[in-house]
Amino acid sequence: MTTAPTTAPHHRENDFAEQHHVYEPHLVGLPPLVPYLKEAWRRRRFAIELSRTKLRAQHYNTVFGQLWLVLNPLLLAGVYFILVDILRGGSSRPGFFAHLVAGIFAYHLVSDAVRDGTKSVVSGGRLILNSAFPRVLLPIASVVSAAKRFIPCVIIYIPVHIASGLPIGPSLLYAAPLFVLLLIMATGLAMIVGAVQVYFRDLKNLMPYLLRVWLFASPVLYYAYEMPEKYRFLLYVNPLGELLSAWSDAINLGQPPSATELLVASAWAFGLLIVGFLYFVSREREFAVRL
Amino acid sequence: MSSLSVSDTTPSVIVEDVSVTYKTTFERRPTLRSFVTSLGRGEKTVREVEAVKHVSFSIPHGTVLGIVGANGAGKSTLVRTIAGILPPTAGRIDVYGRVSTLLALGVGFNKNLSGRDNVRLGGLAAGLPTEQLEEKYEEIVEFAELADFMDMPMRTYSSGMYGRLAFSVAVNMDPDILIIDEALSVGDARFRRKSTNKMKELCGQARTIVLVSHALGTVRDLCDQAIWLDHGVLRMWDEPDAVIDAYTDFLEVGQDAVTLEDV
Repeated sequence: MTTAPTTAPHHRENDFAEQHHVYEPHLVGLPPLVPYLKEAWRRRRFAIELSRTKLRAQHYNTVFGQLWLVLNPLLLAGVYFILVDILRGGSSRPGFFAHLVAGIFAYHLVSDAVRDGTKSVVSGGRLILNSAFPRVLLPIASVVSAAKRFIPCVIIYIPVHIASGLPIGPSLLYAAPLFVLLLIMATGLAMIVGAVQVYFRDLKNLMPYLLRVWLFASPVLYYAYEMPEKYRFLLYVNPLGELLSAWSDAINLGQPPSATELLVASAWAFGLLIVGFLYFVSREREFAVRL
Repeated sequence: MSSLSVSDTTPSVIVEDVSVTYKTTFERRPTLRSFVTSLGRGEKTVREVEAVKHVSFSIPHGTVLGIVGANGAGKSTLVRTIAGILPPTAGRIDVYGRVSTLLALGVGFNKNLSGRDNVRLGGLAAGLPTEQLEEKYEEIVEFAELADFMDMPMRTYSSGMYGRLAFSVAVNMDPDILIIDEALSVGDARFRRKSTNKMKELCGQARTIVLVSHALGTVRDLCDQAIWLDHGVLRMWDEPDAVIDAYTDFLEVGQDAVTLEDV
């Protein structure tokens, strides 16, 4: 054997760097995180391009393709409006339809990212088997796609908002930080489901049910303040509970989110991001042998 | 074990006492349902694979190293570990330079996307700057002779066309270290000759190449050194002729036309 004993310190280098790579067993399954994040950032164009190409394959770049994407949540809003309005004896508040549409669009942003994220790693196939890159870019691409699909929803919402006679003004900007929290939460969740799907390939079939229950547990088909006392815990247990409650108040009433809402929603969003990221990264080196 | 010396050349790759163990499932598509239903029966659904066991060697800069061994000997796992795709379970690997693996850059990872998109996305994932990618793109298409097919979804490609594109991507990326895993024999006779010539050209450019092949004739022709893996253990590391002789003796197949089959 010709290997000279290396006296050099075993410094943990960047896994994906251009020049000198050192591959060693990962501590508790985690690669060095700072270089990992740096490399992921350096290759951010991959996530953007992957999302762009996939959307193009779905004919998103055509007018009718975009129309189709908007039609789905809009029809859903219509269906639920009829259902809920009848159950309430037709006594919905004037702004209720706008609340419903805004809520369903926000919920769709997250559920779209999660649904797409479920497939993100498994559909990476050969790319994962044959090249080394930070795999988090795959679920992130799903979130980028979901965010792009959200844009036509904004355009559809505007006439609904105006027709409902809701206030228009700078107070609508209270929704902006909430939108960011929605994206952060979606990213964390997409990472979790993307990794879990590698181990349980039927998660994809389970997703529609989980997502449906999630919608019903969120203050979308009703206002948060209408929730009966015994269900109020759902606002805190459901990651979207306080967030969508604040979202509705910001868009519908132009009210700033309360401190509690902001705190609970941020805790959920960042908590899921951190947990999702660490879980994903600790698993990602196994993907190549599991696909 | 080895008669080779690396004292006078700078190594490109140093593999030090590397073991790779991973868990895999019996089923090709593990599901939650089968996991839950097998819980009651106490069946093991996961098994551990010791693919590479305490392997050490180094590849001097500019060397063409052949890796031979039976199916399941751990060749592909070892190569993936060098490429940084799988982490070693124990040991350490030092790689100096940029690695390009064949079938690398994930060409064909999404069959619904066009060849062009696959090449671009693979390159971006590998961390190539966009300008460099645009530059290389033309060369890749020209070498693969697939200009008319680049905008078609890759599911319409024949396996030969697929192989040509993958080979073309790997060799045209100007890697410092090129890893080729049993995929030299792609395309028709003419493209095989072309790819062999390209390989010889790359070998001549003082590039480090790792060649995993069952075509022992190719290993003998192209390689400067060879290693033989058997059930994850490094059996031999020597000149290609010596390794191939020992390997074929071991297999008791003799060196007939089939084992020496040229690319």
